Amino acid sequence: MAGIEQKNIRNFCIIAHIDHGKSTLADRIIERTGLLTSREMQSQVLDNMDLERERGITIKAQTVRTVYKAEDGEEYVFNLIDTPGHVDFNYEVSRSLAACDGAILVVDAAQGVEAQTLANVYLALDHDLDVVPVINKVDLPSAEPERVIEEIEDVIGIEAQDAPLISAKTGLNIDQVLEQIVKKIPAPSGDPSAPLQALIFDSLYDAYKGVIVFCRIMEGNVKKGDPILMMATGAKAEVVEVGYFGAGRFIPCDELSAGTVGYITASLKNVKDTQVGDTVTSPVRPCEEPLPGYKKVNPMVYCGLYPADGAKYQDLRDALEKLQLNDAALQYEPETSIALGFGFRCGFLGLLHLEIIQERLEREYNLDLVTTAPGVVYRVYKSNGEMIELTNPSNLPDPSEIEYMEEPVVKAEIMVTSPYIGAIMDLCQERRGQYEGMEYIEETRAVLHYQLPLNEIIYDFFDALKSRSKGYASFDYEMNGYQRSELVKLDILINKEEVDALSFIVHAGTAYERGRKMCEKLKEEIPRQLFEVPIQAAIGSKVIARETVRAMRKDVLAKCYGGDISRKRKLLEKQKEGKKRMRQVGNVEIPQKAFMSVLKLDDK
Amino acid sequence: MTNLLRKLDTYREMAKDYQVDTIFIGGGTPSILEPGEIKRLMEKVYSIFSVEADAEISIEMNPGTATKEKVGEYKQAGINRLSIGLQSAKDEELKILGRIHTFEDFLRSYEMVRNEGFSNVNVDLMFGIPKQTSDSFVSTLKKTAALNPEHLSVYSLIIEEGTPFFQWYQQKEMVLPDEEEERQMYKGAQEILWNYGYNRYEISNYAKNGYECRHNLKYWNMDEYLGIGRSAASFLDKERFVENEKREVLTRESLMEEFMFLGLRKMEGIREMDFQKRFAQNVDEIYQNELLKLVDNKLLMREEGRIFLTERGIDISNYVMQHFIFDKE
Repeated sequence: MAGIEQKNIRNFCIIAHIDHGKSTLADRIIERTGLLTSREMQSQVLDNMDLERERGITIKAQTVRTVYKAEDGEEYVFNLIDTPGHVDFNYEVSRSLAACDGAILVVDAAQGVEAQTLANVYLALDHDLDVVPVINKVDLPSAEPERVIEEIEDVIGIEAQDAPLISAKTGLNIDQVLEQIVKKIPAPSGDPSAPLQALIFDSLYDAYKGVIVFCRIMEGNVKKGDPILMMATGAKAEVVEVGYFGAGRFIPCDELSAGTVGYITASLKNVKDTQVGDTVTSPVRPCEEPLPGYKKVNPMVYCGLYPADGAKYQDLRDALEKLQLNDAALQYEPETSIALGFGFRCGFLGLLHLEIIQERLEREYNLDLVTTAPGVVYRVYKSNGEMIELTNPSNLPDPSEIEYMEEPVVKAEIMVTSPYIGAIMDLCQERRGQYEGMEYIEETRAVLHYQLPLNEIIYDFFDALKSRSKGYASFDYEMNGYQRSELVKLDILINKEEVDALSFIVHAGTAYERGRKMCEKLKEEIPRQLFEVPIQAAIGSKVIARETVRAMRKDVLAKCYGGDISRKRKLLEKQKEGKKRMRQVGNVEIPQKAFMSVLKLDDK
Repeated sequence: MTNLLRKLDTYREMAKDYQVDTIFIGGGTPSILEPGEIKRLMEKVYSIFSVEADAEISIEMNPGTATKEKVGEYKQAGINRLSIGLQSAKDEELKILGRIHTFEDFLRSYEMVRNEGFSNVNVDLMFGIPKQTSDSFVSTLKKTAALNPEHLSVYSLIIEEGTPFFQWYQQKEMVLPDEEEERQMYKGAQEILWNYGYNRYEISNYAKNGYECRHNLKYWNMDEYLGIGRSAASFLDKERFVENEKREVLTRESLMEEFMFLGLRKMEGIREMDFQKRFAQNVDEIYQNELLKLVDNKLLMREEGRIFLTERGIDISNYVMQHFIFDKE
């Protein structure tokens, strides 16, 4: 990347609440700028690219380098660094922010500041980023840009009077945004001749190139042939290629130096070696200390994944292995369930992460899965002084061996309009929330602060929040350690047999209600069998709830003449097909989706 | 009608290979046809097909649309079996079903039919009608059986999602008899009709001895039939088809499936010998596990080379029959 001075580089990200227009604005910025500087165009970099090798690579993070010719006549390189938009990926967000020097804050002109906006801005400010506000969707009839500008100044406390009033959709005033990026976001600093110090903010696995490390060079420089060292994982390698991110492509270049954003490939085989947040340096001439903020990412949510067809176990293992190449946060280990056979206990950053993985397994690897209810990681302190981290309820030691248990909690911020404050407080109360205060950010809106157990929010909290506030509440949280709690294991017995895959850990105070709802739900899910099927919820040997699936009494087609036969066959085929989606537990057939039913126990 | 006659002509060549022993004129209400039309139709049929002398020739009629003139014409045209859609002897229930006739109308039609010399008459009845009670159904059964028709078809009303009746039924928030009540109605029908001398020979069909509907038995025995007219279904040479629609060639597996689930509708069930004859394989070679399980669960019985549904098996016959469907990829 010869010839580009630090003063002409801008490294930034876009932060926004969901649906406030982050990706649309990113598209506009890419559209209005170019791929290469004029000098690079002369050297015809594109001709050197091995296009064949690029095929099939999709850049996971939409990090992109574009070139903008500003009003001052100079060319600027923009590195737009993508940030994942979900609380599951909070740590990744913080690492992406650390790779930036500034952030564009997109706020919807009608909706104003939301909880997620606040959380993201605070995170950006924590990283000393200059935040440039932009008011989007000003073309909407309900837009109130003046009010929103005031809100940004009052609530967030940043200057917003000259925020561009844009419509990312129509392209209105995008030029103002580009100019403000040049003027308001500082150029990077860093000494190109210092020892290498680069921040890894993402990585992905490519079958041809091996692991591709996305990084921001803070100090020093790196080029092909350099030896490198990952300071936290200790992995060493030799650089094969460096480059930057074209529009959806990897464009190799000679070197990356302080202040730039780009990628390094170094014949690394596993993304585990290149953890997000780690520092890349030179083993020959190492920097004095790693960049601050590195954390090993631990899964927060666990569930069992089983192939619907037991014969597909090996396929599932292969698929998980492949996914893990690209996703260091995904963990899995084999487990066996009496009800479901052979499968894997998998760890995820959160429920969204779980859903993404589940969907990819089903779509990309064509696997039909049975998923057990997700749970969090409990700490079980045994009377013998041992502590175990429990990820599978079935492994809970006998109660007589347990001294006490702890569960993870989160600090939650919920932003809500005043008519729904009561309803949301009720919800938090039901979910065992500890009220920690409230502040009004304007007359009609407040932020509620709660401490909530993680296991109360991983299932359907977000849905409940939305339905009880008619959509007027937004929510953000961060992990806040562990707290001691009265927890019990709730077992489900179907036709008097315990179904291990349905057991879950629950707070003693809500066990009865959960047990009752679970039985009701299962009663709906389990079709009638030839005989009566009792469904029971039990803590230890004590049954706390019971429902009964009545025996099948009547299932008959009255008429079947010449014209009915094909239809009748389709009906029978459908019934038969439905049976295939069942799991035989004892002599009861349980539909596979019943194993997920614990997820949907909240009020309908 | 002109279309129908033209269509019949197209079968002239094929007709040479067949002897026709049953004819059924139905689907909708043929009794609304103008006088003379049935006569024209039957003349055409006789001119094209070789119809056996003792063939069973049925026509459906609605009590509201029957006239002496029409019934006389049927007789002249060689029709020897009449099927009357009564459904219920209670006018309130008929109204709920959207029928235009009353029980009075039916009685008049029935009388007329008998007077014209029809000695093989079927009456269709229905149970599970919204608001129907066991008592009203029993009364319908008794009133009808007392007239001594040779054949009775007794169906339960099935409200299928997506039909106009379904919407209508939802809007009116009608209460249907519950599953258990319906089951009792079904059992009640069998008992009462038995006392009146009727024999249940198929899940929904009852007849005096020797009056089993030969035409319908063809469906359950997987014999061949030709349907003529819009949306009329045919089964010829291992192919099921409906006029102007895609033909479905039945595989050997499909034929086995149908042989089982159609044959089991008959109370006498299927004969192992017939299976063997048709497929050159023993039924146990194909369905051993299924048969063992179903017999074990007392849903099927095997006796003297026959396999048939038990009473419990009849109640949940769909469950039983799905066992004979092969796994499909």
